[in-house]
Amino acid sequence: MSETGVPGAVITPLEDQQSETGKRSMVLNMGPQHPSTHGVLRLLMELDGETIVKCRPDIGYLHTGIEKEFEQKNYQQDVTLTDRVDYLAPLSNNLGWALAVEKLLGLEIPPQAQWMRVMLTELTRLNSHLVWLGTHAIDIGAMSVFLYCFREREEILRIFEMFSGQRMMTSYFRIGGLALEPPRGWHQRVRKFIDVFPSRVDEYEELLTNNPIWIGRTRGVGAIPLEDMLDWGVTGPMLRAAGLKIDARKDEPYSSYDLFDFEVPTRTENDVYARYQVRVEEMRQSARIVRQAADGMPSGPWKADAPHVVLPDREKMKTQMEALIYHFKIVTEGFRVPEGEVYQVIESPRGELGYYVVSDGTAIPYRVHMRTPSFGNLQATPRMVEGTLIADVIAGIGSMDFVLGDTDR
Amino acid sequence: MLPDNLRENAVALAVESFDGDAITGGKYDRGELMLEIAPAKIVSVCGFLKYDQNFVRLSTVTSVDRYPAEPRFEVIYELHSVERKERVRLKCRLSGVDPAIESVTSVWRGANWYEREVFDLFGIRFLNHPDLRRIMLPEDWEGHPLRKDYPVTGTRV
Repeated sequence: MSETGVPGAVITPLEDQQSETGKRSMVLNMGPQHPSTHGVLRLLMELDGETIVKCRPDIGYLHTGIEKEFEQKNYQQDVTLTDRVDYLAPLSNNLGWALAVEKLLGLEIPPQAQWMRVMLTELTRLNSHLVWLGTHAIDIGAMSVFLYCFREREEILRIFEMFSGQRMMTSYFRIGGLALEPPRGWHQRVRKFIDVFPSRVDEYEELLTNNPIWIGRTRGVGAIPLEDMLDWGVTGPMLRAAGLKIDARKDEPYSSYDLFDFEVPTRTENDVYARYQVRVEEMRQSARIVRQAADGMPSGPWKADAPHVVLPDREKMKTQMEALIYHFKIVTEGFRVPEGEVYQVIESPRGELGYYVVSDGTAIPYRVHMRTPSFGNLQATPRMVEGTLIADVIAGIGSMDFVLGDTDR
Repeated sequence: MLPDNLRENAVALAVESFDGDAITGGKYDRGELMLEIAPAKIVSVCGFLKYDQNFVRLSTVTSVDRYPAEPRFEVIYELHSVERKERVRLKCRLSGVDPAIESVTSVWRGANWYEREVFDLFGIRFLNHPDLRRIMLPEDWEGHPLRKDYPVTGTRV
């Protein structure tokens, strides 16, 4: 029970209404149903005039116990759960999970599958950044950017649908490779998109980069010193906007990212505007990676040569006894994963995404923990908004780019 | 005592020369370093790794329930050094009876929410934590769902 006596009331009261200096302060509740929190974040803010004295984030409204759910399904079935964690970047989560389990299994993934993963993960980054840019701009008051961003996002979702049959919950990366053979005509489709995309980014920039209202609302707002961000567990574009060149794709390359030529954009201004610039530049870099991957796509198999893990081809299953047995065993009981524990980190659009997986040698994971970027980033909210004006909160938390499904799990 | 196969590892050696009693075991597996630390020493070891060995980031804190084995809980700390591009995992084993361990919020303030999450879902108390409340579940929730003896389905009677 909380101090208020209301069951389920989460927050103990903030300070007395009377502050030490004798001034009156008020507590403003923002959320959990607030349009600019993009989900169900609740912020309790103690105000002195228009200045925030104290801020307390309250999370957990979207907690689904997904880590417990992981312990009930076999490794391949768990892929579908990872989509639903960070629902704006489903393929990044698929990739993190697949890489972690493949590390436990010691599986070798063929080049075509690796490159396809890189290409689709970068399209996911574009997808996520487009949603972020559109909604962030709408929060600050620039309505039209949203419509432009969602035009391109629609095409990305159609590409996902072409590959996996699903627009959002794709589950396209499986343990050992891909779920399906890449569809016919994917190259033209991706190529057509990526040929026009850079000019579309120019359009967004035309609307925002030199827009005096945009600059006025974002420049010099929402700064947190770099040391504090590292201390609080902030990752991703926020660190890069403060001048730290950190990116798991470069630092700890996975899925053959080391073969691609791209830059890690950084800024030093460390404000909302710098985070905007970093993400826009990241979109251009992702487009570069997608182009390289589409043009240089190696041929060959798209799933690993591991009959005990990967489902056999339909043709083989109908003609070969062994393939039929493997098919039956994988479908009915899954595959066993050697005992051990791994921590696999990838660079999701929001920052460092880590999968900590413990196996006890059975077909079901013993424990799965997701180190999600939104959780760490959101923790620094009080550090960012305390002492600033209430009007800047929207711009500030918008620049963090959190997803509440990713935070609460 | 440091296992022999970790004698080559710079981080493991540094921790051992800092405090020989702190390490109770360890492993280098699949390219990842894991050190088992005596629970009483966790704060001093973390402080040493952060300020002396440049592991400036605490990536996550989590736990594993080994029920019904004893010691039942493992508390896991994933550390990251941006400069050295290295990671190290620390593991502390805790008994199943009133599990408690010193909080590392004095070393990384960001440990705050991670430890609250472990407290909420596993029921492990973190001593000297500035704000140890439930974080995901409501205040009046009973039990700790990520424990292995907590059922997945069923109606509460």
